[in-house]
Amino acid sequence: MRIPIDTFRLDNGLFVTLSEDRTAPIVAVNLWYHVGSANERIGRTGFAHLFEHMLFQGSEHVGSNEHFELIQRAGGTLNGSTWLERTNYYETVPSNQLALALWLEADRMGSLLPAMTQEKLDTQRDVVKNERRWSIDNQPYGTWLERLSALTFPESHPFHHSLIGSMEDLSAASLDDIRQFFETYYTPDNAVLSIAGDFDPAEARQLVEKYFGGIPRGRGKPPLARMDVPPIFGQPSRVVVDDDVALPRLYLAFRSPVFGSDDYYAASVAGAILGMRRGSRLHRSLVRERQVAADASAFTFDLAKASDLLVVDVIARQETTPERLEEEVGREIDRLIQDGVREEEVERAVALIDTEIVTALQSASERADRLSMFATYFGTPELLNEQPAKYQDVTVEAVNEFAATRLEPDNRATLLFVPRTETADSGVASPSIAA
Amino acid sequence: MTVSTRPAPGPSRTYQFPRFERTALPNGLRLIVAPVRKLPVVTVLAVIDAGATSDPPGREGLAQLTAEALREGTVKRDGIQVLEGFEKLGSSLEAGADWDSTVVSMTLLRDKLMAGLELLTEVITSPSFPEREVDRLKAERLAERAQILAEPRGLADESFARFLYEKGSRYSEPMAGTSASVSVITRDEVAAFFVSRYTPDAVTVIVVGDIDIGEAVKLISTTLGGWTGRRPQVDAASVMRTRRTRAVEIITKGDAAQAELRFGHVGIPRTHPDYFNVVVMNALLGGLFSSRINLNLRERHGYTYGASSFFDWRRVPGPFVIATAVQSEVSAAAISETLKEIEGMRAEEVSEEELSLATNYLEGVFPIRYETTSSIASALANLVIFGLPDNFYDTYREKVHAVRPSDVLRAAQAYVFPDMLQIVVVGDPAVVQEPVEKLELGDLSVRPATEA
Repeated sequence: MRIPIDTFRLDNGLFVTLSEDRTAPIVAVNLWYHVGSANERIGRTGFAHLFEHMLFQGSEHVGSNEHFELIQRAGGTLNGSTWLERTNYYETVPSNQLALALWLEADRMGSLLPAMTQEKLDTQRDVVKNERRWSIDNQPYGTWLERLSALTFPESHPFHHSLIGSMEDLSAASLDDIRQFFETYYTPDNAVLSIAGDFDPAEARQLVEKYFGGIPRGRGKPPLARMDVPPIFGQPSRVVVDDDVALPRLYLAFRSPVFGSDDYYAASVAGAILGMRRGSRLHRSLVRERQVAADASAFTFDLAKASDLLVVDVIARQETTPERLEEEVGREIDRLIQDGVREEEVERAVALIDTEIVTALQSASERADRLSMFATYFGTPELLNEQPAKYQDVTVEAVNEFAATRLEPDNRATLLFVPRTETADSGVASPSIAA
Repeated sequence: MTVSTRPAPGPSRTYQFPRFERTALPNGLRLIVAPVRKLPVVTVLAVIDAGATSDPPGREGLAQLTAEALREGTVKRDGIQVLEGFEKLGSSLEAGADWDSTVVSMTLLRDKLMAGLELLTEVITSPSFPEREVDRLKAERLAERAQILAEPRGLADESFARFLYEKGSRYSEPMAGTSASVSVITRDEVAAFFVSRYTPDAVTVIVVGDIDIGEAVKLISTTLGGWTGRRPQVDAASVMRTRRTRAVEIITKGDAAQAELRFGHVGIPRTHPDYFNVVVMNALLGGLFSSRINLNLRERHGYTYGASSFFDWRRVPGPFVIATAVQSEVSAAAISETLKEIEGMRAEEVSEEELSLATNYLEGVFPIRYETTSSIASALANLVIFGLPDNFYDTYREKVHAVRPSDVLRAAQAYVFPDMLQIVVVGDPAVVQEPVEKLELGDLSVRPATEA
């Protein structure tokens, strides 16, 4: 199965990908800016994400909150998200509203600043602080992402600091930061626009040229601080967090080959063998057979620069001590290195991943987002169609090679959440380990 | 450098919800097939008339446990073989109970369909319920209970249900049961529940995707056609209302970074004739990003990351809920702003302009909801679960379009009752209690976060 892909580039540098599918009268518009929390400067953690919120606060010809209203009025869905390496904005609309979605995206790319006010910034700062409270501070294990990033990348590294940012840094953000960030990163030559679904290619191109063509190219962005890291940590590291949680939970991270590289696919399959669905090794062994864990999974961050991370995530059963949890997970990883994987395990993982890719591509929004991703990271949206083959090509030997080189103790970072004894709601006391 | 004129919409293309056909096999099993030829994918979903409302008193969670235990072994294969069977095909079998039904489903590539159906058939017709695996699932549920009670959102949802419905009402207890109720369920009770509830005449199989109707009927007849059994009489769930006067309960969560708020009261059943008026009214009140409550609490005041309202649609009236999480210090202010919005909705008609925000959204977003085989299968399952007419999706947009400002006002006045709101706050009483008391909303109680 292959989806059609066309591309072109405007004179101002905007790269555009198109994928036509006329089965339903809907169209997805998706814009990736190649900027994320990695581009933030010291003292401004969380700014890329706060900035994402500001992009919904209007632009020269669009009122505050009107972006949301106009798209919803048109019968569309929309949102944005921020990640370490990129920020995306997306709409899915009835296909006769394609021009509206493009015009809205162009207006904020071309003329955001006239609409920015201190009052809007203050309100969105409060909203983001409440987002932080809701999704991180008031959520069991909510700090896992910022703790794991801090543990796995050195202090000066762009991936080290918190994506949502500290309350202090959020308070410090100013309108001047907004202007600088916008002028540096929100430029057509630092963006990819994807359109997927029901559209006429000639007409879509005309609309893109009309709305985005007049936006000037940027002046270039400063290079990221040094990104390179050695392929393995070099020594084990370990952080124990005494927290308001009911069950111990272990996040075990390994440095792994960057997203999209040849070795990435073997790492991804190794992750699926370890922790994708209930038939994976960790689930079968720890949840089903030995019954020490309540749940187990594994995933990659899919970082395209520096180093990716493969993360194993296991939640203990009430009666399992944190020490036992760590030991049991460690044993499974060791077993994978020593005995290697079986052909059937690779086949199971690849079959599950294959179905997941095909079912995801039913949605116009997913198509557009993945096209933007491959175009932003590699300049090659066609990689989307190569994914099933790249997974099919993964061999037992490649997975074993990954395990041998990347899963040893000197490439393990341990983040262990332990219930605070005085608040153990489960009624089962767990031994407490100081952080 | 940017274009100032807003583009007008082009001519709209028509859209039809996928065509489907119904049929029944001689053993009473019903079948719905919807060919959708976009990608080589098929979803198969079985709706079983065995929801959580059929749990016997004291055995809350039995329907859910039975659904999960289906996958743990059949008369021919053990649990691992079932699991490997599906995953080798690139699929997983999802199984779970909702209030009104149990749903078992799988999505797989077209060429794996027959093999998947054979496994699915074994699982729903001849599960063996090994004692060890049932005990394991119970232990996993206890771990999940511990997690929910430590998590402010889950705690707020559960505390709200318990505050809203009287003790003894099935809806006052969590859908998947409590530690106490799940602990006492035996393997034999699971097997007995299966025998009495999982019969071909209580099941509708829905097939959506890259397949034609004749072939789907043939495949299902070959696999599930030989299943026999008749279902006994089924009693309706008991749903009792609680207090009719407004009251507040604070659930203690010391040092909480935010207060989780839930307000609401018992709503209306899914098949209520005012369904569309209520859906549109709710969209404007708190169902959309640009709804009154979200714009007020989030965009005007910055109290929260988000606030929303919804009617939880069930056969027997589920709750109407407003849910948000706010900075603890502004809990009282957030409650009074929300009450103002509710009063406003009941005080006067919305403008045509505001009304069109909801109606245009609901009409336009309709095809976006049905891009995938699994979302189409779920939509068809709702026809079965609630007994909706076959033309429900074909007439959905015109019914939304027909809602007038006067209908919205009438729906707000008839189905939203500010004086009956039950309000639950999960947070730190040291910060929350005094300001909320000053609002004089009604009886206020404070209790610790425990299960019962």
